[in-house]
Amino acid sequence: MQHLSIFPILIPLLFGAIMLLPPISRDINSQRITSIVGTLFLLISSAILLYKINAEGVQLYALGGWQAPFGIALVADKVSSLLVLLTAFLAFCVMLYAVAGQDKGGAYFHPLFMFQIMGINGAFLTGDIFNLFVFFEVLLIASYALLIHAGGKQKTQATLHYVILNLVGSSLFLFGLGILYGTLGTLNMADMAIKVGQLQGETATLAKTGALLLLVVFGLKAAMLPMHFWLPKTYASASAPVAALFAIMTKVGIYSIFRVYTVIFGEHAGELANIATPWLWPMALLTITIGSIGVFASPGIKTLSANLVIISSGSLLACAAINSEAATSAALYYMLHSTLASAGLFLLADVMTRQRGKAEDRFVRSRPFVQPRLLGFAFAISALALIGMPPLSGFVGKIMILQATQSSAQTMWVWPLILIGSLAALITFSRAGTTLFWRHNGSTAAEAEPAKKAEIMSIALLLLASPILVLFGGVISEFTLQAAQHLHDIQASAYALLPGVAQ
Amino acid sequence: MEGLYAFCVGLLTACGIFLALRGRTFSVVIGLTLLSYAVNLFLFASGRLKLNAAAVLGESEQYSDPLPQALVLTAIVIGFAMTAFAVILAMRARADLGNDHVDGTLPVQPSDASQKSGGSQ
Repeated sequence: MQHLSIFPILIPLLFGAIMLLPPISRDINSQRITSIVGTLFLLISSAILLYKINAEGVQLYALGGWQAPFGIALVADKVSSLLVLLTAFLAFCVMLYAVAGQDKGGAYFHPLFMFQIMGINGAFLTGDIFNLFVFFEVLLIASYALLIHAGGKQKTQATLHYVILNLVGSSLFLFGLGILYGTLGTLNMADMAIKVGQLQGETATLAKTGALLLLVVFGLKAAMLPMHFWLPKTYASASAPVAALFAIMTKVGIYSIFRVYTVIFGEHAGELANIATPWLWPMALLTITIGSIGVFASPGIKTLSANLVIISSGSLLACAAINSEAATSAALYYMLHSTLASAGLFLLADVMTRQRGKAEDRFVRSRPFVQPRLLGFAFAISALALIGMPPLSGFVGKIMILQATQSSAQTMWVWPLILIGSLAALITFSRAGTTLFWRHNGSTAAEAEPAKKAEIMSIALLLLASPILVLFGGVISEFTLQAAQHLHDIQASAYALLPGVAQ
Repeated sequence: MEGLYAFCVGLLTACGIFLALRGRTFSVVIGLTLLSYAVNLFLFASGRLKLNAAAVLGESEQYSDPLPQALVLTAIVIGFAMTAFAVILAMRARADLGNDHVDGTLPVQPSDASQKSGGSQ
């Protein structure tokens, strides 16, 4: 089908808009059904899109029939369709969790959720850098409202920081885009990639300024070191389904870094070749370090999982800094793993919090759980996956990253930091597990409610993804390698997308 | 003209950044607004400044680039919505947290701190 590549944007838009209208807007149950049906549709269409792209190659969708580089084009290649499928799967699982009762905290949860999915999918699929900005804003404005969902002091304060930071980020994004348009004369990413090689002298310096401003913006989204301070508080205070959905938000920043600094400012960019690499190296390594320190210092599971998100961001940035096909492939695999595993932990943390009364998610002695075996088993699996121990997907992902280092200097820096990050996670998880499950007194809290079936199913789906990523590791890593090759091949990722432009 | 234009954009940006770094939500919101004005002017200039040049073909001897105008329009719409949201959020924060500081707590003045015993906040 010709229009398949725009479905991941249209389906959430349509379902979100329908849910704003009566009669569905008045009844939470019909909203829930609509949401589940919508995410299910999204999941199916994303799976078909991925299958089709694997079989037939890149799909170029010119919006309104205006051909690139003059119109806006959606580019569904292997990288973007893989991430769209990841988003769809995550959205389905998180929605399954939310319909069990977490969506009642405030109005418009379901439409906002859908609009956020639309923004994320649009950011993955678009081939135009200004359109990327627009989809960033779509996902951001939905995320602002979702973050404050269910209200409370903590959330208001965290949201205020998050909103102000991102508004400044948006302004910087526009400054960067203005500079790049002024120097390159185009906003289509493929066209930019071709034209950037011709820049020389002062114009090249100007374009470099714009490109590095964009790195600041993407770094803010991806929680790169000096811009990561908002993340732990924001993620820890958000309600569980929102925090779990936010697991993909940092990955949007990482994806943009890969797309812009591999395709546009990659090896073929003449004077501006690989301009981000010297900045990415120290930032990536310091991000892993600060994430590891944060993991050690975490007082509760939610903060712990937020700090683990920072470590995974750092590891992915290190892959972007290594800047090779193997590293990009490793990053894609690791992205799948870390998104699903950390979303699973965010949801699990919420279930645990509700069963521990006043102790909430803090690592202190408290009443025992209502369902200790179930929660213990889930906690052990998600801990194994996030630490990166065999036999789960974290192990495979980290091995792939470690193997991707090329020179001995890279190995010297990347190996110890990633392994120390794993050690920090291992120590904190064992400390947390012993306190949470073994050091308790008294009877179970009176107000504790056991996890509902839909919630258990949602967490199980997210955690099951980890062994599945290992079982089908060969197929998946083959696919991510092809996707990485596509991204690094300027012929495929730029010239092929512009009919009528010869090399 | 270019010099004056660049000066205005620079001044707006400098004021915007200065105000955005202040501690109270009101000045931060004003700072963000100034920053978005600066961005809009800057985007407009990215298509080069020309006099007597319409953005429509055949209307004047030379034509100007219509794309930055479209970009500015998009940026204005988005910036306006975001500012409105930030204002409402700031009011909500004032109500929830009891003060209008971005951190939710008023910083302790050195003169106050000497009177109280310990306690960082």
